[in-house]
Amino acid sequence: AMEDVSAKFVSQKISRTRCGPCRRRAPAPDVFATGLWDNEDNRISIWSAGDLGNAGLNGEYHGEPHLLCDIQHNGDVMDMQFLDQERIVVASSTGTVTIFRHHQNNQTLSADHRWAKAHYHVDQDTSCGGAACTGVVCNNPEIVTVGEDGRINLFRADQKDAVRTIDNADSSTLHAVTFLRTTEILTVNSIGQLKIWDLRQQRNEPSQIFSLAGDRVPLHCVDRHPNQQHIVATGGQDGMLSIWDIRQGTMPVSLLNAHEAEMWEVHFHPSDPDHLFTCSEDGSLWHWDTSTNVSEKPSFLHQGGRSTAYLSHSTMNQSVVSAWLSNDPTKDRMEITNLIPNQTLSVNSLDVLGPCLVYGTDAEAIYVNRQLFA
Amino acid sequence: APLTDTVPPQVVPGADPSARQLCFAWGPAEVLVCETLFGRAGGAGAAARALTGSVAGTGDGAPSSSHVFVVRRDQDIYIHTLRKLFNESHGIFMGLQRSEEELAGKSRKAQLVQVSKNYRSVIRACMEDMHQAAVSTRDPALQSQYSTQVSILSAMELIWNLCEILFVEAATAGPLLLRLLDWVRLHVCDVDSMVREVLSSESPSKHKLFWNVVDVFVLQGRMDEARHLLSKEASANPASMNMYKILDDLMKKMPVPSLGNTQTLTELELKWQHWHEECQRYLQDGTFASNPHMESICKILLGDEDAILEKKELMTTWYHFLVTRLLYSHPTVKPMELRFYAQSSMDLFLGGESSPEPLDLILMAAFEFEMHQVIKECSIVLSNWWFVAHLTDLLDHCKLLQSHNLYFGSNMREFLLLEYASGLFSHHSLWQLGVDYFDHCPEFGRVYLELHIERIPLSTEQKALKVLRICEQRQMHEQVRSICKIMAMKALRNNRLGSALSWSIRAKDAAFATLISDRFLKDYCEKGCFSDLDLIDNLGPSMLLSDRLTFLGKYREFHRLYGEKRFAEAARLLLTLMTAHIAPCSFWMTLLTDALPLLEQKEVIFSAEQTYELMRCLEDLTAGNPDKQKFQDDDVETTKVEMLRLALARNLARVIVKEGTVEGS
Repeated sequence: AMEDVSAKFVSQKISRTRCGPCRRRAPAPDVFATGLWDNEDNRISIWSAGDLGNAGLNGEYHGEPHLLCDIQHNGDVMDMQFLDQERIVVASSTGTVTIFRHHQNNQTLSADHRWAKAHYHVDQDTSCGGAACTGVVCNNPEIVTVGEDGRINLFRADQKDAVRTIDNADSSTLHAVTFLRTTEILTVNSIGQLKIWDLRQQRNEPSQIFSLAGDRVPLHCVDRHPNQQHIVATGGQDGMLSIWDIRQGTMPVSLLNAHEAEMWEVHFHPSDPDHLFTCSEDGSLWHWDTSTNVSEKPSFLHQGGRSTAYLSHSTMNQSVVSAWLSNDPTKDRMEITNLIPNQTLSVNSLDVLGPCLVYGTDAEAIYVNRQLFA
Repeated sequence: APLTDTVPPQVVPGADPSARQLCFAWGPAEVLVCETLFGRAGGAGAAARALTGSVAGTGDGAPSSSHVFVVRRDQDIYIHTLRKLFNESHGIFMGLQRSEEELAGKSRKAQLVQVSKNYRSVIRACMEDMHQAAVSTRDPALQSQYSTQVSILSAMELIWNLCEILFVEAATAGPLLLRLLDWVRLHVCDVDSMVREVLSSESPSKHKLFWNVVDVFVLQGRMDEARHLLSKEASANPASMNMYKILDDLMKKMPVPSLGNTQTLTELELKWQHWHEECQRYLQDGTFASNPHMESICKILLGDEDAILEKKELMTTWYHFLVTRLLYSHPTVKPMELRFYAQSSMDLFLGGESSPEPLDLILMAAFEFEMHQVIKECSIVLSNWWFVAHLTDLLDHCKLLQSHNLYFGSNMREFLLLEYASGLFSHHSLWQLGVDYFDHCPEFGRVYLELHIERIPLSTEQKALKVLRICEQRQMHEQVRSICKIMAMKALRNNRLGSALSWSIRAKDAAFATLISDRFLKDYCEKGCFSDLDLIDNLGPSMLLSDRLTFLGKYREFHRLYGEKRFAEAARLLLTLMTAHIAPCSFWMTLLTDALPLLEQKEVIFSAEQTYELMRCLEDLTAGNPDKQKFQDDDVETTKVEMLRLALARNLARVIVKEGTVEGS
């Protein structure tokens, strides 16, 4: 519900918001990070997400997010990802990739390691040679980055130089990257293609290419279903949500229309993947809920109401067809809600973890919803 | 600047117009000023030449003081702590533009008052932040800067609140006074610390400022609080208990206007007259003669101007005096009567000792219902356009400014919004907010947006996409094309042909797509293989954007067919590329050379008819080439042509034999 959302005007344009990993057995993250863009001083900040322990008797949570520490960052923050509890990897518009460490004992941030101009155009040495690093994904200790230079870099947090670089991996701009499996990654680009890369193979070519039919609408974001790895969601320039089954075909299984402009991020809920969240340049944030599809599902999924939300799908019978792959997902099978009515400026980023949804906007505000499924 | 006739001249610190001529260049929201090489006597032509030189930043033999001054028209845009004000008020502004015009009478008014209150609460929140910042900083310069901002914001809120009462809500006689009292209580905070000090002391009635605080309460019409304090004093002085009781009774009985329609104004006036006479009686029979404090309070209750003016220090401002005076002498004042009381209150209060400040003049104009004067004065005094732009827009939505047209631009609302939005666009980050303001300027908004949007630096593709989206949503084709061209150009310079092509496809820029296709083909000719196959193999319908792009796609298809050893299909495609004039003439030689290996295959691929066509192509090329001379000089080319002729002839021979055999058998 909207009243559970706390907003904070930060007087800076937000490009990325990321939930910190949950501490052991904690139900929700206790910190989140934000990155800025298009400001003269683009900082990385760590915020306290508000204390869940201090929940009032009626279950409401007090206190808006407050700043724990921040640090200056060169260039726009294009993407960022937590590597572990303490480290966060940041992709810059200058092409540099930096690991920042959050020192929790004295609440400070410091740059741990920096790969200067990991992405660049033609001549690495010229001052303007850097190319924006548009996406980063981590699977500790591995870090994969993609950029406007069409390059793919594989780093290890503990190694100074790149483990592997695929130059000219894509002739157009790579907009986002995610892990498919531990050795395979997915990328999306500005000519509507979704590609799978097998990092074990030495060939500098994708192992599979999927693409949108008709107009090659650029794809901006990608996420993989946390339990059913063949289900992939992407978001495009026209605001369309595409669901792909990478086991079959070369085109998306379904195209779902909700946003009126670029979809900047798409995220399956990590522990409750019947829920998906997308945000867009049009200032909306949609919650896509397939869990309401009662009649179509085996009944054991619905015992115990909300507790089923945390049931892992990997334990389910393989023959259960995911609601995401049904042929006509729009037909009463999916409930979609805009969580931000009346917003006018872009929602650039969102992240979701446990009961917590964090998002940031060009209207210079961050929002935290700590009771997502309440 | 608006309402030009009274705008004071701006001095650019550091520039000395008496020594050298100044030149300037207008920017979208700022002016560049610099000193020229020319003394005062220079002719007009010389000055013009100096202008171009200085703007370009060159100028041979430039003097030592070659500064370029950037003169901004809206300083406050750059104050970081005000960004919250700009962002939050943007949301309110958008809400107001969307709001229901159809809502009738009361509910519409309530809606507008609410909008006005929302604006004010944003100002107050900002003031609070700024105050916190001032308190927490150790830097004295910063501290004084913050304090200045606090007082500016506070003045803005004071003016806005008064405008809300008088114009937006248009409070009528009765409620008007109550609103003004609230206004004074909210804004006269100078005495708050004194009140707190006395109230928190162990025994307030013994405090030396006790009577001052009672007076403050009475002057602000806070009767209950005044009576509460007095009761403490009374219990300490049993001897004068009776006197206290009488005063307490008078204060309790004082009739006040009510917000609900429970009593008519006539009823109120009657009651008030009655009460007034009662006060008069007690004063005259000397009830309070033994206590000068209480006597003066009684005089205040009677609206005695001298008695009230004696408390000048406790009121601090003339408008407090005005409201106190109204409370005790004209509680049913009508809006239109305000101007007389306001003027005389100001004159009495200032007493000729000091002249009115700009703020006084603005408030006076409001009391006089001179809305345009208020806006004009604010435009001159305040260092931002935020205030006048939003206030004017609100007043315009209240339908209060319809009659007023400027002799320049469109109307005042639009003029001020344009100024404000232009300021936003000159800011590194706030430009996005400006777009929506331009959208709501029907006459010139579009033109302004077009001019400003082209000046946004496109540092990353992501930012370009955001700017592009703004243009596309508004069908600004010219700007869409220009942004895409800039981005395509950048990509081309970085050798990112794929990116370049997708930008020109987005803008449907056929000419540029042709240019990029030529780059691809040139690369191919040089390297003998295609780069960016992932793109060329997946052109899809965008292939039709330009002829050259179509050719590129088809030519690549030929290579794929050839690679897959589908020779017959490859040959047919190759020939079509020439005969259907899909291939540019400059590329025919390459295509014909590509035909060579097909002609040399063991198996005959080109039919006789196809071979004749190939021959015609070759002859067209060699005959029709205007650079025939050069052609013949070039040994390599000549050899190529000879080889082709030979291969074609041999192929023709083979195919005649083959076709003859087939027919013959």
